[in-house]
Amino acid sequence: MTVLVDRDTRVVVQGITGHQGTVHTRQMKAFGTQVVAGVTPTKGGGEVEGVPVFDSVQAAVDRTDANVSCVFVPAPWAKDAVVEAVDAGIRLLTVVTEHIPFHDMLVMYHYAKSKGARIIGPNCPGIAAPGKSKVGIIPNLVFQPGRVGVISRSGTLTYEIVNGIKEHGLGQSTCIGLGGDPVVGTSFVDALPLFEQDPETDLVVLVGEIGGTAEEDAAEFISHHFTKPVVAYIAGRSAPPGKRMGHAGAIITRGKGTAATKAAALEAAGARVARFPYEIPDLVTEIMSGSGRR
Amino acid sequence: MVKLAEWRGKDVFRRYGIPLPRGHVARSGEEAQSLVRAGTVPLPCVVKAQVLAGGRGKGGAVRFADTPDQAREAATAILALEFKGEKVREVLLEEKLPIARELYISLTLDRALRLPVLITSAQGGVEIESVDDRQISRQPIHPFPGLTGYEKRRAAEVLGLSGGPAKSLDRLLEALWRAFMAEDAELVEINPLAVVGDGLVALDAKVIIEDDAAFRHPEYADIRDDRTPLEEIAREKDIAFVQLDGNIGVIANGAGLTMATLDVLQEFGGAPGVFLDLGGTDDPKKVTEAFLLMAQAEPRVVFLNIFGGVTRCDTVAKGLVEAMKQVPTAQRFPIVARIRGNNEKEGTEILRAAGITAVPQLKESAQAAVALARGGP
Repeated sequence: MTVLVDRDTRVVVQGITGHQGTVHTRQMKAFGTQVVAGVTPTKGGGEVEGVPVFDSVQAAVDRTDANVSCVFVPAPWAKDAVVEAVDAGIRLLTVVTEHIPFHDMLVMYHYAKSKGARIIGPNCPGIAAPGKSKVGIIPNLVFQPGRVGVISRSGTLTYEIVNGIKEHGLGQSTCIGLGGDPVVGTSFVDALPLFEQDPETDLVVLVGEIGGTAEEDAAEFISHHFTKPVVAYIAGRSAPPGKRMGHAGAIITRGKGTAATKAAALEAAGARVARFPYEIPDLVTEIMSGSGRR
Repeated sequence: MVKLAEWRGKDVFRRYGIPLPRGHVARSGEEAQSLVRAGTVPLPCVVKAQVLAGGRGKGGAVRFADTPDQAREAATAILALEFKGEKVREVLLEEKLPIARELYISLTLDRALRLPVLITSAQGGVEIESVDDRQISRQPIHPFPGLTGYEKRRAAEVLGLSGGPAKSLDRLLEALWRAFMAEDAELVEINPLAVVGDGLVALDAKVIIEDDAAFRHPEYADIRDDRTPLEEIAREKDIAFVQLDGNIGVIANGAGLTMATLDVLQEFGGAPGVFLDLGGTDDPKKVTEAFLLMAQAEPRVVFLNIFGGVTRCDTVAKGLVEAMKQVPTAQRFPIVARIRGNNEKEGTEILRAAGITAVPQLKESAQAAVALARGGP
């Protein structure tokens, strides 16, 4: 494995018989992902997109050796689905579901952690390693294999930026969408060490948003423990304080978590900070060609 | 988020057994007077505006009364107020208590730790933001054991409580913790928490319920947040819609892309007036509804910025064209469209057939939108 997923990753899709589950199972297979099982309680026995459907994650794991879960289960049942997967031995879960109450996510996160399992998300686009595997919903067309790592709190903005990197003739090693909720299973600080150790990543693009302190914490980590170049972008510079900007996490409270404080922290840690999404590919190209290497 | 007015927050506290002053809510001066006359609210009493904004004490929104007539006058005066832009519709009348000390306690989420956190301070009765950090204790509480005895004893120590008030704190913290968890609260705050005689009383209540937990809390469904009427309609249709001060309407998909779009517009001198996040949809009807909603906000120009993933570009284009047919000619606005990603070609073609040119680059399209908003070409 390079960063979390590779060609050997065997995916079980929880909630495969729902609309989203079905659509993205097809897309993941088209990407080259080994989707080996689907789970929808009481709907086991059939097939979706050529993938066998089971009643429980345990049955899916027993029969198919699935080792990573992609969760599309609607919010009211998402906590149960995650606990079930962890109990069945799954140690990496990508939770695409949005609008999960953070109280539920607290339980999911701490339960998974106690069993040594990692959650990506919730409310996230998931993870993709071009040429290897995709567990989530990032559109296939934005990718091409390469050496740029991407870690992002956004969804669609990630697609935009990854696509921009591709249009500049560069490719990606692994892209992780962390999700924009107040409580996420994997933060920048959790994801950065994976890219530090990944021999296939030369540089990391970090896409942040206003709200919380995840970017400031990332800056702290980068200044002490991260040796590869970082290009960062923070969305929400123009957002007024107190207005929730769509993502539950994207709100400026008491002057903390502004785009300015985040950008300053990252710059102080040695990252190159783009002011706009379309500046990112140029900065990446500059660094990759050697002229901007710190 | 659903912010509860003080009296609603206290209703929640009451259900969990948190000690409160005797009191009642009133919606007119006459009602206030009769509540006092009937002894429902003992004298002397305090009359407080039920608004969500803070700083009521300084703004004339809290008054005192020694007689039923004074209670009526105080309530009438407060009900005539508009406090920080919010019309006062209710007052809470409560007995005035002999307060020995004012403390602060709250439970909220620490996002970085991914844990609930119990915040306590012996400096209560003032805005917690103004209290010196060294006077504030932050105790993370793990959800699995829940709030434990030693954490409650530590809180008593921080607050300088012993004897009766410490015992009262133990029960109160237990109740507050249960309320925080069971009500899916983002915040439960008591400020001030008063030491009265041998016990504690919650003089104020601030409760915020998380939106995403609404499906298991129908009891809060009818409580309006501080949304504008259009924001309220959008909420019913599950479209993220936020009104700002400018004249450019922004329609994008995804919170991050929406924010980035606003940033770029502002950089080129544009002023976003409203933004609407389509989220992920493959239903052209939802797109049409979103555009019609946008039309009601009367933007000078609309900037559409879509990156197609789940949401396909042709779906958005179809929804847009359908919406423009429904908007009366007089209310139409120019549209600058940027649609990239899934089914980009098909979407661009549909727009072109309807006379809308898609501009592929973010920078150029944003500049075009700003020029139109200024009345340029």
